[in-house]
Amino acid sequence: MTAYTILIEDTGESYRCADHRSVLQGMEALGKKGIPAGCRQGGCGVCKVQVAQGSFSKRVMSREHVSAEEEAIGCVLSCCIKPTSDLRLSVIGKMKKNVCRTVEPAGVRPVYST
Amino acid sequence: MTMTGVLRPGHAQIRVLDIKESIPWYTDVMGLVPMGQDRQGRAYFKTRQEHDHHSVILRQADRAGLDFFGFKVLDKATLDDLEKNLRAHGVATERIPAGDLLETGERVRFTLPTGHVIELYAEKKDVGNAMGYTNPEVDVIEGKGICPVRMDHALLYGPDIDGNRELFQKALGFSLVERVKLEDGQTDLALWLTCSAKAHDIALVRHAEPGKLHHVAFLLSTWEQVLRAADIMSKHRVSIDIGPTRHGITQGTTIYFFDPSGNRLETFCGGYDFYPDMHPVTWTWDEVGAGIFYHDRKLNDAFLTVVT
Ligand code: FES
Ligand SMILES: [Fe+2]
Repeated sequence: MTAYTILIEDTGESYRCADHRSVLQGMEALGKKGIPAGCRQGGCGVCKVQVAQGSFSKRVMSREHVSAEEEAIGCVLSCCIKPTSDLRLSVIGKMKKNVCRTVEPAGVRPVYST
Repeated sequence: MTMTGVLRPGHAQIRVLDIKESIPWYTDVMGLVPMGQDRQGRAYFKTRQEHDHHSVILRQADRAGLDFFGFKVLDKATLDDLEKNLRAHGVATERIPAGDLLETGERVRFTLPTGHVIELYAEKKDVGNAMGYTNPEVDVIEGKGICPVRMDHALLYGPDIDGNRELFQKALGFSLVERVKLEDGQTDLALWLTCSAKAHDIALVRHAEPGKLHHVAFLLSTWEQVLRAADIMSKHRVSIDIGPTRHGITQGTTIYFFDPSGNRLETFCGGYDFYPDMHPVTWTWDEVGAGIFYHDRKLNDAFLTVVT
């Protein structure tokens, strides 16, 4: 088994990720934080990252969250890539705001935003 | 209560990113019975115990999510009546010809105020569940995978859930079973509606983006089967969202998990029986955590935000 070092530039945190695991899975397996985790299957978009340096293999990911242009420049879903070298990346995805966090005081209709 | 009108959820068409990897997953991990593919390449499945030809349809697409959710109605006359009700309610309807879905009759299609496409249909071929209608054996689960009893309900996320509630109640005869109120004590954050004696046939959560899928749920027969499902998921490295745990709302036991395209599915057991003379249950904002996850008594981030 080969493992590579993944550096999350936002937090400065790094971890070793086995090459058979996705970058997101590798982080979660060690109890590390930094990249939001959702479906872990390329559908929801919350785990999106920009890879600044390094190489990886990838599987299919939802076009709703990653355009072909983005994919080409390494702006990808971290649950859909496996490292083939050390990686430096920054976090783009986030847990979207939801109704609960945007509710207005009593009597006022909530404002919905994403 | 005599069951008339809308009978039950009948099918969900789910978008998958790679149908070649999804067909074996739905077959071997979910334990659904593959029922063939149509000329468009859509893959059909049923549970072992379902009688009708299919309840899950997979369509390959470049994004995940739900294409449409269908309800079976009693008969063709009921279908015509319900279409009239929908039109009287101001809802535009469209007829999809018989045979568009394999072994399925004409469907009446419309769009909910939350942007989801819903269908009603009266006819789908009864292919049986291999136990027969005469002196059936018990269905001993020996096969691969989770092997749920049936495709049971869906939870949809979108903005105007009040409009959805009105439509389901007034045009289609659904009943409100449970609701969660937002902090203002007025606005509904979430609604559970039934067309039957189940605690829910469809559920709705208020959400900024229209047309989103939270989960499609499959019924299991016991809590033991829920634990067995969790073992199968872990063995197959399925991405589990939460569980096994219990919902306060409907009181069912549950696991939320994701298919290979990130669509959330649920396997659950239990929940109480509903009769139309029952009073809707209300969950207040400060107890919503226990309503959704009864043991943790708190929401996880993913429940309210991760959708396809
Ligand atoms: S966690 Fe959902 S796309 Fe990666
Ligand atoms: Fe559910």
